Amino acid sequence: MTAITDMPDLPRAARPPQIGNPVLRWLRTNLFSSIPNGILTIVLLAVQAKGVISFVQWGLANAVWLTPTNDSSACKAVRGLGACWAIIPEKYRFILFGTYPFDEQWRPALSVVLFIALFYLSTRRALWRRELAYLWIGALALISVLMWGGVFGLSFVSQDRWGGLPVTLILATFGLAFGFPLGILVALGRRSKLPAIRSLSVLYVELIRGVPLVSLLFMASVMFPLFMPSGFNIDKLLRAQIAIILFAGAYLAEVIRGGLQAVPRGQYEAADALGLSYWRKHRLVVLPQAIRHVIPPLVNTFIAFFKDTSLVLIIGIFDLLTTAKTAIIDPAWQQFSVEVYIFVAAIYFVFCFAMSRYSRSLEAASAR
Amino acid sequence: MTSDDPRPPPRRSFFGALGPNELKGLFWQVLVVGIAVAVVVFLWSNTVTNLSARRITTGFAFLGREAGMPIADSLLAYSPRDSYLWAFVVGLANTLRVAVIGVVLATILGTLIGISRLSANWLLSRLAAVYVEVLRDIPLLLQLLFWYVLMQALPAARAAWRPVDGVFLSNRGLILPAIPVGSAQLWVLGTAVLGCVVFYVIQRWLVAQQMRDGKLRPAWPFALGLIVVLPAAVSLSLGVPWKIEWPELRGFNFVGGLTLAPEYFALLIALVTYTSAFIAEIVRSGIQSVPRGQWDAASALGLRRSFMLRQIILPQALRVIVPPMTSQYLNLTKNSSLAVAIGYQDVVSIANTTLNQTGQAIEAISLIMAVFLTISLGISFFMNWFNARIALSER
Repeated sequence: MTAITDMPDLPRAARPPQIGNPVLRWLRTNLFSSIPNGILTIVLLAVQAKGVISFVQWGLANAVWLTPTNDSSACKAVRGLGACWAIIPEKYRFILFGTYPFDEQWRPALSVVLFIALFYLSTRRALWRRELAYLWIGALALISVLMWGGVFGLSFVSQDRWGGLPVTLILATFGLAFGFPLGILVALGRRSKLPAIRSLSVLYVELIRGVPLVSLLFMASVMFPLFMPSGFNIDKLLRAQIAIILFAGAYLAEVIRGGLQAVPRGQYEAADALGLSYWRKHRLVVLPQAIRHVIPPLVNTFIAFFKDTSLVLIIGIFDLLTTAKTAIIDPAWQQFSVEVYIFVAAIYFVFCFAMSRYSRSLEAASAR
Repeated sequence: MTSDDPRPPPRRSFFGALGPNELKGLFWQVLVVGIAVAVVVFLWSNTVTNLSARRITTGFAFLGREAGMPIADSLLAYSPRDSYLWAFVVGLANTLRVAVIGVVLATILGTLIGISRLSANWLLSRLAAVYVEVLRDIPLLLQLLFWYVLMQALPAARAAWRPVDGVFLSNRGLILPAIPVGSAQLWVLGTAVLGCVVFYVIQRWLVAQQMRDGKLRPAWPFALGLIVVLPAAVSLSLGVPWKIEWPELRGFNFVGGLTLAPEYFALLIALVTYTSAFIAEIVRSGIQSVPRGQWDAASALGLRRSFMLRQIILPQALRVIVPPMTSQYLNLTKNSSLAVAIGYQDVVSIANTTLNQTGQAIEAISLIMAVFLTISLGISFFMNWFNARIALSER
């Protein structure tokens, strides 16, 4: 068993003088501190080298990067030996934008860029002001115009032709934009002194968190039409969006409740003493502190939630994962699904990794 | 301000004992409950109208009808002639099979990786960190599809990989040697379980004795006797055959042994690796939460390392570990519902087929929800009980 490091540092007395080559010293303390550790290092290196070499052989050396359009013969020739990255240039437009009209695909592309710019601006703490909210509303309106069209000379594109990355981003962003206020209301309700409101909030949170998201999506796709008056039909994407908002609301409520519990009693009492009403007390005093307490777990919930939007595949909505899965139904390219999945995994990874880095930096900033 | 300034007289509330705050509270409660009831009534009446318009009869009577759906991989005996109810039970058993084994494996793997992240060996801790980061940032459903594709890309049964003798990996799944368990073997296993229970009682008694007089009494002779010698004696006296069944290739398929179907195997790998990344982080933070002074104090007492870990470090780390671990177990169980994407017939997948065959959407989905709510509450209760046992008891 290897020793456990990374304990809180104790103040150290005078360190022994550091002698010798710094590289060797680093190797010695970090890789070869004892004989079992040295053996472990060598074994790990060997295993890793084997893995890296076979991946390089498969993914780079023997890989096929480009083929003539719709011709997978070069890929079939290296099947099992090398990757067929040629499927990505062949299919990337479909994977990213689904069945959106080909000539109009600059519109979803621009929407994606807008989304990313919005996310990026929202991470800058200096910009956390009221204007940011207006910017969000403006940008989301612009995105809807871009996606639907029908005005300003843009041709109308109905919702069932949307697909790929924009759909994933829409489901996630709107899920959060509506789930977050819902979560705040439910968290407040759960801590309310009024028994009826409290029990309704508890019931909502426990019901949603106790069942898999898949069953909520089934409900949205199969049962929702039964719930509505006949003749009233709403789009499948919107139904899934509602299920996702309800789902996000329950999870976010629990995180926010944790933050509310961390606000000292004195703060509530001080706000009461100032004679603030319930809503003003929470808006001006309690919630800002509560949310600051839980920013890292909130970001983690966002990440989990971003990944979970991929489940809409199960009810047949064309998000990024569904377009990837559909792209490889094409018989010519059927055997190269691993490459497509790696491509899509990389896209998801970039988004989630950026978020988790950001949460890490926030944690570091709040620890200071 | 003069002292004889007349203050406004205290306002007498119109509703007698109810002050303005209580009135406001009552108003809000009536409003919210009213809205909730109105929504439910609205949905309910719509549903009733829609169902009668579509001539769908409600109720669970369909559960008694013949299901007619095939279930490829089941723990319990099943044929398409059985009822929908039995198909549900079979699906539930499949869900539990993947969830229980998944929880055990994910805990083991996650703990190993969590400890590796804290290793003094730089390479090991980096590799563990990369593992955690990559698996956490890719959707589980994508990972599941990925593993499933890899399973299907495995060679056919004839050219199966044989990593170890008797183990085959092919596009038919993972085939392992097995020990067939009949009623005779069950008797022996039952004796062993009984032995464990009796041993637990004896050990508690020994600890209570030690609390009284301070004498340490060894527990291992009881363990040996109850858990090893007793079942072995039963096995020998009954003459139970313990023979390993080796799988072999006959024709196009394998005969004998234990087969883990590709769907099951892919689901299990995906759930275990994905959840283990989260468990690793929980274990790491749990170990890091034990103050360094506790390690130093334990070593200063000259305790053996294993004793130190078991009696001093782990009990303190567990307090931090158990509550988030509960959510991970729940997540794994709920995530097993993704089985529907690759065609492993868990309870969700079977309910979905039922829904498509019979049109009983409300009944099928409420069955899924009831099953998962029961499992969730069950795990929560157990883990809360366990948590209460290990929690720090303060005066």
